[in-house]
Amino acid sequence: MRRLLALLVVLPLFAACTKKNSNEILIGHFASMTGSEATFGQSTDQGLRLAIDELNAAGGIKGKKVHLITMDDQGKAEDAASVVTRLIDQEGVVAILGEVASSRSLAAAPIAQAKKIPMLTPSSTNPKVTEVGDFIFRACFIDPFQGTVMAKFARENLKLKKVAVFRDVKSDYSVGLADFFISKFKELGGTITDDVSYQAQDVDFKAQLTQIKSTNPEAIYIPGYYTEVGLIARQARELGIKAVLMGGDGWDSPKLSEIGATAVNGGYFSNHYSTESTDPAAVEFMKKFKEKYHTQPDGLSSVAYDAAGILLQAITRAADTPAGITPQNIRDELAKTKDFHGATGIISFDDHRNAVKSAVVVQVKGPVNKLITSVNP
Amino acid sequence: MADFLQHVINGISLGSIYALIALGYTMVYGILQFINFAHSDVYMVGAFIAYFVARAVGMTESPGIETLVILLGASMVGCALLGVAIERLAYRPLRKAPKINILITAIGMSLFLEYFGQVVFGADPKVFPSVLQDSVLFQMGTVPLKSLDIAVLGVTLVMMFALNFLIYHTKIGRAMRAVSTNMNVASLMGVNNDFIISFTFFVGSALAGAGSVLVGMKYPKIDPLMGMMIGLKAFVAAVLGGIGNIQGAVLGGLIMGLSEEMVVGYFSSTYRDALAFGILIVILIFRPAGLLGKYTVEKV
Amino acid sequence: MKTFLNSAKVPLIAFVVLWVLGIFVNFSFNSYIQLILIYIMINMILAMSLNLVNGYTGQFSLGHAGFMASGAYTSAYLSTVIPMPAGAMQLPYFFALALAGGLVASVAGLLVGLPSLRLKGDYLAIVTLGFGEIIRVTLLNTDAVGGARGMYGIVGPTDWSLAGIPISRFMGGFTHALIWVLVCFFTIWRIIRSAHGRAFLSVREDEVAAESMGINTTRAKVLAFVLSSFFAGVAGAIFAHYANYLNPSSFTFMRSVDAVIMVVLGGMGSLSGSLLAAIFITVIPEALRPIQEMTGYDLRMVIYSLSLVLLMILRPQGLFGKYEITEALPWLQKFFKKSKATATTDGGAS
Repeated sequence: MRRLLALLVVLPLFAACTKKNSNEILIGHFASMTGSEATFGQSTDQGLRLAIDELNAAGGIKGKKVHLITMDDQGKAEDAASVVTRLIDQEGVVAILGEVASSRSLAAAPIAQAKKIPMLTPSSTNPKVTEVGDFIFRACFIDPFQGTVMAKFARENLKLKKVAVFRDVKSDYSVGLADFFISKFKELGGTITDDVSYQAQDVDFKAQLTQIKSTNPEAIYIPGYYTEVGLIARQARELGIKAVLMGGDGWDSPKLSEIGATAVNGGYFSNHYSTESTDPAAVEFMKKFKEKYHTQPDGLSSVAYDAAGILLQAITRAADTPAGITPQNIRDELAKTKDFHGATGIISFDDHRNAVKSAVVVQVKGPVNKLITSVNP
Repeated sequence: MADFLQHVINGISLGSIYALIALGYTMVYGILQFINFAHSDVYMVGAFIAYFVARAVGMTESPGIETLVILLGASMVGCALLGVAIERLAYRPLRKAPKINILITAIGMSLFLEYFGQVVFGADPKVFPSVLQDSVLFQMGTVPLKSLDIAVLGVTLVMMFALNFLIYHTKIGRAMRAVSTNMNVASLMGVNNDFIISFTFFVGSALAGAGSVLVGMKYPKIDPLMGMMIGLKAFVAAVLGGIGNIQGAVLGGLIMGLSEEMVVGYFSSTYRDALAFGILIVILIFRPAGLLGKYTVEKV
Repeated sequence: MKTFLNSAKVPLIAFVVLWVLGIFVNFSFNSYIQLILIYIMINMILAMSLNLVNGYTGQFSLGHAGFMASGAYTSAYLSTVIPMPAGAMQLPYFFALALAGGLVASVAGLLVGLPSLRLKGDYLAIVTLGFGEIIRVTLLNTDAVGGARGMYGIVGPTDWSLAGIPISRFMGGFTHALIWVLVCFFTIWRIIRSAHGRAFLSVREDEVAAESMGINTTRAKVLAFVLSSFFAGVAGAIFAHYANYLNPSSFTFMRSVDAVIMVVLGGMGSLSGSLLAAIFITVIPEALRPIQEMTGYDLRMVIYSLSLVLLMILRPQGLFGKYEITEALPWLQKFFKKSKATATTDGGAS
């Protein structure tokens, strides 16, 4: 019993152990690497590491290698906060990347802001995230932009009048997109026939789809993640629903057409780029990703790759300043990001530190996303 | 009206899946009086076994009855073995321990399978291979009756009858009933308790395996956490029908499926999970033995 | 008055000693370590309160997270309605909020407990689990408290200065949490050694016998349940104001399981065991993070769940079983001799 006690006292001391290598530039990444959203955190991590490994292979920043420390928050907001605190206080990172979910970004952002460490989120779309303070940046669209893009596309390109909305009520992203789509679509004169919800991790959507079917929409807007959209599409077709399916960049993944099979073909979604893109940066990225990970990248990996790219460029510029690589300098350089040529487009930050980039609308044709049109902000 | 009919079909289809998994819970509870939290994760492993077997043998492109049989067989055997292994390693040492310990072990086992599954299988969802072509068998007005739904319901009913036969008309079934009534006296009567308990886990887990293949056919996305919610709801179904009762498990499953479908279809989907618990609580407060169960008074 | 002062002696000494320790932590360690310490204290309250129901009264409750959530959201919501005062008044403010959270949680406990407590064992576990989930899903659907996106920007202790001495946010949070940890500890410690406590223990040992001895077992069980949910609510309130962000996903079944694990690990029926287990359970996942760096896989939860299974098989009574730390380390008994003299039934109850 006493030996047990002694062991218990010693073990926790490992928490205080860290080894620091002063020849490395430390960047922190907090993500859900386990738990129900693990697949999103892992995709993001893959994209980040691809960019960082590339840079290190080319010599790093002024000879120093960049080391990415990824810590798991298990999909829990309070863990996101404690992980970010640990990354800053214990590991001594100079910048933070993360998170996918706006709720976790919002839990962590105040901490990064208070400790004056720049934080760049690759995929959080809730406008509130960057409002936390001037150290918080975002490398992707915000909800208002994407929702509006699809609403305009539906009305003007597809000439649709009646659309039903099927949102993931557990996801901030989905709810945001749905709300903005609805307001823009109505503004443009369309009608929303039904507004139903599901929850992430659900597998059976027949009940809601049967209800949607009874309202006879021409199209269904499903601004969720590919993990559910594939099944939704299948079940919709099984029920005999012929409506056109539409969505947002959460659809972007090779798994979408794997899970959804033919049901998902012909669907439209707003995205950062299309697989047919001839942009050399996009082509290069897809090729390198496939070489390293043996699979096509999904939307999260691609924005993560660009986010890392933006951050690394900012750090490189900061290294040239007299004060060198400090969090404050990195923040200032980040704010100056203009026309960064990433795999997902040309990115600049506006005054609110949100990314300004164009969107594309693509159509699903098997594993290929065919470019239909592009929309500039 | 057509909508309502569609909802009923959806509900029964969903319910049969809950029923299949509930059978496993009810069997283990009947014998050992404990909730095997890890059951739904054994079910998850079954789905992955079927997935890997299908990939290994290269049958993703040629659906058919032989595919179905092979996958069912692989999954059922795999799950049965896993179930027996878990019982042997984690539950048997605790047979004489207080209930709370076994329950916690079961929870620990469940978590272990989920997280280990995420490490080994990868957290990203996988696509279950297409096994049988889903075709329309009947058309009731505008409402199609699909072959997969009928298959799921059919398999569930067959399993129910088979289990019933096993438990009430075979020698080993008699032994199972003896062990569930009184373990000590059964061993005095010459029943090998350890073997019977292992056998119960074997059969229960095999059912989970069968369930996982059927679910994979219907909802082709599988991931290591797929067992969580479905397991909890299947357990509620078992309690609803009367835990320890085979027909009760099936009845409970169908009722769960139907009510969930109706609530989500006509009211709101956000209370879907809470509904399961709501039903559970109401049942336990007003009729704790379940619909088909018998209430036993604790004698001092 | 004299007996009150007498009984307040040990808690006050404990408070002063630990508070000084807190000051030391405030100036010597970074905010990450400080954050972990606050989380440890929240978990201590959770573990001790659950121990009252699971350990001392022998009722298996799996819904603790729901009560924690009730307290957390109540306190957070009230803080949006009643503005936070500055400086020294912060402590009474947060204390009052936590009290309110605790009260709401105890009402929830009453509502859950009354119908459920006539069920036994597994059934009680599942029903309490169900209630916990229903509370969570209800919060998920209540937009007034943020629903699925959560409640942001909840006020918390801030930095201020008292006559030139800077008092950090950690000190404010720590003091508040410390007060509650001690209140919880001593309340439970003393109740167990009172007639009520005797009733709880008798319900655990043999409910039918207790009934026939004239003990109102329903009343005893409900009392334990309500008290336990009160402290769970308080723990939730402390959590809300230190994390400054609430989301229903923080209060899932896993959180209840964590609380149960702490109780079982520490020993069901041992308060000091719960304290130690809380430290262990909070720190170990953080301490194991380097494994992910080394192997590239996050094995923390795998190790955690495996250890749980092994713990149950190899040492089912947990660390201390039904005993307190004073019995494991006899030299500690010297410090507690005074209170041991007044608590006569320590050995008898175990």
